[in-house]
Amino acid sequence: MRTSKLWRITLLLAVLALIAGACTDSGGVPAECESDAFGCVEVGAGDPIEVGTLLVITGPNAFLGQDSQNGVVLAADYLDGTFDQVNGEIDGHVISFNHQDDGCSADGGQSGAQSLVSDTAIVAVIGTSCSSAALGVADKILSDRGIALISPSNTGPALTEPSQHQPFYLRTAHNDKLQGAAVANFAYNELGARTAATIHDGSPYADGLQQVFADRFVELGGEITVQDAIQVGDTDFTSVLTTVAANPPDVLYYPIFVAEGGLITQQARQTAGLENTTLIGSDGMLTQGFLDAAGEASIGMYLSGPDLSAFSGDAAFYAGAFKTAYAAQFGGEPGAAFHAHSYDAANMLFKAIEKVGIVDGDALYIPRTALKDALFETQGLVGITGTLNCNADGDCQSTATIGVYQVETPDSLPAAPVYSEVATLE
Amino acid sequence: MTAPATSSRRLRFERLPLRRIILISLSIAIVYGVVAGSAATLRMGTFTAADWRSLVINGIARGSVYALIAIGYTLVYGILFMINFAHGEVFMSGAYTAFFVAVAFGRSGYLNAHPLVSIGAILIVSMVTSTLVAVILERVAYRPLRGAPRLVPLITAIGASFFLQYTFRGLYGAQARAYPTINVLQGTWTIFGVEILRTQVIVVVAAILLWIALFTFVAKTRTGRSMRAVGEDREIAALMGINVDRTIVATFAIGGALAGAAGILYVFLFNQVIFTMGFFPGIKAFTAAVLGGIGSVTGAAMGGLLLGVLEAVGPNLFLTGVGVPSPNQLQPVVAFGILVLVLIFLPGGFLGAPEEKRA
Repeated sequence: MRTSKLWRITLLLAVLALIAGACTDSGGVPAECESDAFGCVEVGAGDPIEVGTLLVITGPNAFLGQDSQNGVVLAADYLDGTFDQVNGEIDGHVISFNHQDDGCSADGGQSGAQSLVSDTAIVAVIGTSCSSAALGVADKILSDRGIALISPSNTGPALTEPSQHQPFYLRTAHNDKLQGAAVANFAYNELGARTAATIHDGSPYADGLQQVFADRFVELGGEITVQDAIQVGDTDFTSVLTTVAANPPDVLYYPIFVAEGGLITQQARQTAGLENTTLIGSDGMLTQGFLDAAGEASIGMYLSGPDLSAFSGDAAFYAGAFKTAYAAQFGGEPGAAFHAHSYDAANMLFKAIEKVGIVDGDALYIPRTALKDALFETQGLVGITGTLNCNADGDCQSTATIGVYQVETPDSLPAAPVYSEVATLE
Repeated sequence: MTAPATSSRRLRFERLPLRRIILISLSIAIVYGVVAGSAATLRMGTFTAADWRSLVINGIARGSVYALIAIGYTLVYGILFMINFAHGEVFMSGAYTAFFVAVAFGRSGYLNAHPLVSIGAILIVSMVTSTLVAVILERVAYRPLRGAPRLVPLITAIGASFFLQYTFRGLYGAQARAYPTINVLQGTWTIFGVEILRTQVIVVVAAILLWIALFTFVAKTRTGRSMRAVGEDREIAALMGINVDRTIVATFAIGGALAGAAGILYVFLFNQVIFTMGFFPGIKAFTAAVLGGIGSVTGAAMGGLLLGVLEAVGPNLFLTGVGVPSPNQLQPVVAFGILVLVLIFLPGGFLGAPEEKRA
């Protein structure tokens, strides 16, 4: 099945390429395109290089995706060495975008990925925001068409598990094996917690993260009292909180998303028995949207995420030119934590395009499989977040600094973490 | 549901017992699961009496909100025999619009200096907005389809629901927002020796008052009488000199006003607004209306309370003892499982009119 399908696609592409070739002045397609299983993206004279984004840009989690999208836009802007709100060029072709919404859900990821693959000019896609939009959905749809998908904020461990990893999927975000363990270390060692409860929402991100946390917490000698789950879209979480409060834990960890996270935070503050329980969330809630949703109830709680104050990469550039350009172009401080990761993801892509692109007269040919291989070969690329080294399973952030922030006011995200830990993926 | 009269005796003989056997064994399985699960949970002793009490109170509080929304479904159904699926959005529109009033009061400090006046103003804004949305909805989306087959206004209602959701998203943005804190509503009151959250007490009391007001209105006033008459038979009511259009508008307005009040009570409980907030409460209130017997105002209130309590208590009571992991994720499964069980034995709901009267 697969080979015959590949054959048909190859044949079709070859025929199309021949027709296209016959129409251009140069005549003929580079040999690399014919040998590439997925063929080439042909960028004609004067045409832009089209990059897709598939991030959550609507709904309660829009802060997360919009912030990442801003990072990608800034990377294209800075490709020519200045932040002038004019996109840079590769081999004389300007970068342009096709922005899609991942809806922070499996069906959102599916429809977004479908509309991106229908645009044959798309070279690669930066996305998704939420692991649920990628796992088995966007990563599969795009990999089947030979389109690389680089996520700036998927942290779910399952995405890069060798058994589930899709061949064209990479990420510049940390793996939650690092984040979950860091939160457990923080809770056990810094807060002195000995009992913990977790709540997830059934998404691969939240389920994976709370499990890593629970495993590490038990390994350290702590006890997990309850591991429960809620329904996305529900609003009354008093039952699950009463379950937790029946045996009050030192720490309640609920690494979920904005709407439900905000409600749980408010309702936990009113639940009898949880007065002395410390609330902890993670990077899905490390957004201004969550602080808006939770309001004053969020004050004092902890949120984990990438340590934005301790990037091991180009920290001076981040604090200076990058933040200035961000504020100038999008007005104000970043509303979430993954703009730097998406900036790095876009640059990783641009480097790979420069490496494999074949200039033929005024046209540019980008062989898809070669582009994917170039991305996976990324080693020692210094970005903002650190040095990117991609492994065979698509994890490019092998060492990450995870920070735990404490909310001081619901008006803005905390600037510096109260706890920080450098963790390396095995 | 029953086999048509024309079917042969043999067919009947084969069909009915099989159906009944399946239904009865299904119900026995569910009842057995519920009883065994509850017994196991109680034996485990994970939850104290205080835990159960607070679960029930939580259920009653959320059930009161379902009940108020459910009345809107039931009133419209009782008169027009259509299901106004956009009613959840009527509920959202009031609470979301009043949010801006609440924020303005909160910023100026007026909210906590004069809480009663502020809450009154917020409530009025919400009820007026919801009433307007409901009335406009009736005028624009439903009245032109009055004579159309019953499926047509149903589909229109679903369309109107999405239209309203995305209009409000466009107007107010897509993010979830927290209502400002109202200090008088914080903390607990001790009632009969039990500490209960103030918000929950207020929600339940307000819901009961609104329900009594509505009941009196429908039973005693002229408009209430014409509503009942139109529900009984529209043509005859028109012949008797009742202005049918005006009565229908009044029905939508009352349903909308109750939904607006429910929106504020909901905000007291959950403190958050977002443009999709009408969807789940809407579906659940509709379920509550069916459970209580659609068309019956008392039934809607009963159904709402029962659904709320089942959702709050059910998963912990039935599932914890059996060792189901993450029981609270199965909240809707438990609640709707019981709903199916009730409808098997009482197809019209608790207080529903007999099936033949509807067509």
